[in-house]
Amino acid sequence: MLESLSVGTLNNLSLTVPSGQVLCISGPSGSGKSRLLRAVADLEPHGGRVSLGDTAQFDVAAHTWRSRVVMVPADSQWWFDDVGGHFSGDSASRLPSALGFPPGVMGWSVSRLSSGERQRLALWRALAVQPEALLLDEPTANLDNDSTEVIETWLLDEIRRRQIAVLWVAHDPAQIHRVADAHYRILGTRLERDHGSD
Amino acid sequence: MEVIDLAWWKLGLAALLVLALAATGYLARLGVTRSLLIAALRTVIQLALIGLVLEALFASSEFYWIALLALVMLMVAGREVVARQGRRLRGWWAFSIGTSAMFVSSFTVTVLALTVVIGPEPWYAPQYAIPLLGMMLGNTMTGVSLALDRLNESVWRQRAVIENRLMLGQTWQQAMEDIRREAMRSGMMPSINAMAAAGIVSLPGMMTGQILAGSPPAVAVKYQILVMLIITVGTGFGALMAVSWGGRKLFDDRERLRLDRLVKP
Repeated sequence: MLESLSVGTLNNLSLTVPSGQVLCISGPSGSGKSRLLRAVADLEPHGGRVSLGDTAQFDVAAHTWRSRVVMVPADSQWWFDDVGGHFSGDSASRLPSALGFPPGVMGWSVSRLSSGERQRLALWRALAVQPEALLLDEPTANLDNDSTEVIETWLLDEIRRRQIAVLWVAHDPAQIHRVADAHYRILGTRLERDHGSD
Repeated sequence: MEVIDLAWWKLGLAALLVLALAATGYLARLGVTRSLLIAALRTVIQLALIGLVLEALFASSEFYWIALLALVMLMVAGREVVARQGRRLRGWWAFSIGTSAMFVSSFTVTVLALTVVIGPEPWYAPQYAIPLLGMMLGNTMTGVSLALDRLNESVWRQRAVIENRLMLGQTWQQAMEDIRREAMRSGMMPSINAMAAAGIVSLPGMMTGQILAGSPPAVAVKYQILVMLIITVGTGFGALMAVSWGGRKLFDDRERLRLDRLVKP
């Protein structure tokens, strides 16, 4: 998927994520984890090649690429007044019960949502785009331990069922142990595979 | 009806009043004295100079002199658009986008009004062309600079929202939808408000001037209607072009938001 990618201080990274699998990336803050995801989503100028199956990043229009390789940022943004405006078609009515929302949530005003609620809805908003790859930037950072595990289980189930390739930035070793098929650490300008958590 | 000419010493009386205001401001420590005096002095000098230029221009009526003055007016307006933006595009982009938008909209509309609506002989007769172009440029300049300022400022503040929308596979036009609408609104609001208040709250300056100069009010009103309509058209198209070109430059060919192209002076 990534071939000799360079962005910011990171240099010459190569990675492959098989579909339906989760590759976790960890590293100290400021080491460039988010920039790496942004480069894969083509939101930032970068060197090297990124491809999805046979499709190279620059072969398709940028918005087409981003609708196939969807990124969920650490702090999700909401631009309409009510929650429902952010969900198109029937994705609003198919909101999975695992996320733990009452049926009327689509009519709520966004300002009423807690940060954890926003984060859970942002995950569903991204899945509703029907991506082939997901880039998750600390997707459970604002959730308590119980709901973190519920969300992990639901997310892994969706990932396996839809065969989505996932890059998952995480810092909690326990979480990495639970969700990762492979785990890489950022060390300076390189990525190093951590075999202990396979 | 003969126009009453104003003697220069009578203008001095008005200037004395400004001095009185400046002295009051100085004593009351309002901190506006300096800028008030400089602005008043600039008004007198600039208008006296343009008076001389117009006298000479009306006497010669050569096309290239008129075109030269129009060019100078456009360049000054372009510089002013750049100066009025809090955050602006790097390099020459701020100047060229603002200036081309004003050029295309105000020159087209002015030429159209001169040739089709008013029809003086020749069509570029300076008595009509220069005042008309001046009013068009002045208003388009306000519209374009308000729209660009709002565009750049909103994009800067809402970068996270725009990028999140891009992450969900939206095109840059979709991600900018709200901001473009807001920028257009703030660019067009002054002329829309002016049209709504015209004649009731305010008597527009041009009409007042014509009436003072002895035109029958019915004629002055028709000119004023024409001018307000074409000003709105010029401002609207100018702001539209500036917002779409300026918006385009905030993204690169991979539809990435490029805030590094904005600088704060």
